[in-house]
Amino acid sequence: MWLWRTLVFIAALVPVGWWAWHVAMNAAGPEPGRYLLLNFGQGALVLLLITLSLTPLTKLTRWKGFSVVRRQLGLWTFSYGLAHLLCYLLFILALDWSALGTELQRRPYIIVGALALLILLILSLTSNRASMRRLGKRWKALHKLVYLVLALVLLHFFWIVRADLTQWSGYAAVAVGLMLLRIPPVARTLPALRKRAQRHGHD
Amino acid sequence: MLITPRNRLTLSENDVTPEAVYLSRRHFMAGAAGLGLAASFPGVTLAGPDYSEVAKAQGPQWFEDKLANTRWDAVVAEDKITPFNDATHYNNFYEFGSDKDDPAQNAGKLNTVPWSVTIDGEVANPGRYALEDIVQPSRFEERIYRLRCVEAWSMVIPWLGIPLADVIKRAGPTGNAKYVRFETLVDPKQMPGQDSRFALIDWPYEEGLRIDEAMHPLAFLAVGMYGRVLPNQNGAPLRLVVPWKYGFKSIKSIVRILLVEEQPETSWHKLAPNEYGFYANVNPEVDHPRWSQATERRLPNSLFRPNVIETQMFNGYAEQVAGLYQGMDLRKYY
Repeated sequence: MWLWRTLVFIAALVPVGWWAWHVAMNAAGPEPGRYLLLNFGQGALVLLLITLSLTPLTKLTRWKGFSVVRRQLGLWTFSYGLAHLLCYLLFILALDWSALGTELQRRPYIIVGALALLILLILSLTSNRASMRRLGKRWKALHKLVYLVLALVLLHFFWIVRADLTQWSGYAAVAVGLMLLRIPPVARTLPALRKRAQRHGHD
Repeated sequence: MLITPRNRLTLSENDVTPEAVYLSRRHFMAGAAGLGLAASFPGVTLAGPDYSEVAKAQGPQWFEDKLANTRWDAVVAEDKITPFNDATHYNNFYEFGSDKDDPAQNAGKLNTVPWSVTIDGEVANPGRYALEDIVQPSRFEERIYRLRCVEAWSMVIPWLGIPLADVIKRAGPTGNAKYVRFETLVDPKQMPGQDSRFALIDWPYEEGLRIDEAMHPLAFLAVGMYGRVLPNQNGAPLRLVVPWKYGFKSIKSIVRILLVEEQPETSWHKLAPNEYGFYANVNPEVDHPRWSQATERRLPNSLFRPNVIETQMFNGYAEQVAGLYQGMDLRKYY
């Protein structure tokens, strides 16, 4: 399992290297800061969706590998989100703090994005075993906030779209699918699906 | 009777060229003279700026013929010109997709020869005209304009074309012609973005100007840039350039120019009326609801130099165009 975990760790870093290479090679267009901003933002959303697909996948396959990388992928989601924020502060606002104050007051999508990242920060800080033990039952309730994060992130993305919802619709469809798989009657069919597939395999 | 104020940007080079630029051109000419070029070709005017870095393109014959007689640097900006590669690979042209590099990738399918434009409505001479006939009577001019996108980035582009006023005058506007409406081509086979089911724009893309704005000497119809024919992704073969307004007003690949009495509906205004007004004058004091317009990112920039600069009223053309809006509440008419 450590090998699997290492592979996931490396895989999560590959896009960063790919983007950095493009920026270094001057292949990221005339606005490399915005290129990184958008890629980290979209990367965070993809990682969030992957993280949320692990539980259904575990139920479907019973393979432990999916659940052992859940915390890691959650932390990667937060890291990408943090990088996205840093890109915004550095390259869009050029570290103009008074402009940040204005933006936070006036732009709902900035507020929504900041709130999502704040929740991810709290979830990241309480993702260790000590916190799990200390929080007991409340830990699970707290970490259900990840669903709120998903909704906030999609709203944040929706509000930035200017004229074409194609990409957003794709992400939203995956998100809706992952949420549907969590509705108890649907969730119960997942292990059954596995068993049926196994039986067919033995025929 | 339409009276456009004569101002210092009405095409007298000595008046308009900022000293620094003018001197650098003299320097260039002096250098050329030193090489014996001027001496061996007396009477030959030097062909404006140096575009040796620009991807060559063969325009239609009429274009190349007119190019030889271009009035280079007719209007210049003090700002540094954006590299050709950036100006052609970072475009908003939703007919070809919504990402900045989509137009460069998808615009190759657009066939711009032959091209005709319908000019009708409140005009004495309505009709469908071949592009070369529309352009023919005017001399080509090069105009280096700042381009400020509503998304808060900007570039500096050397356009090639003719004043919009020339075309409107030739069409013979009637007394009822109060506004000009422009339309882009609709053809999903050539413009794949028009096929997108999730595109929010209602094709054709439509834009408009008040007649006095359209007749203003700075309003321009471009058929080329960087000393060559327009690349498809930049709005070939005919696009509007209104440098004191946000870029989305400068409609691309125009197939129709209609003179009308009522203020026309425009695409972005239709899509989000609280975000995009009919006027869309560059104005640092009136924010877009989702972002500030006080500053802009002058492109290209880099990670170490975000190049955020202050946005100028009317994109720095206030001296020439502010008179058009005297007494108007620009917060209301954004």
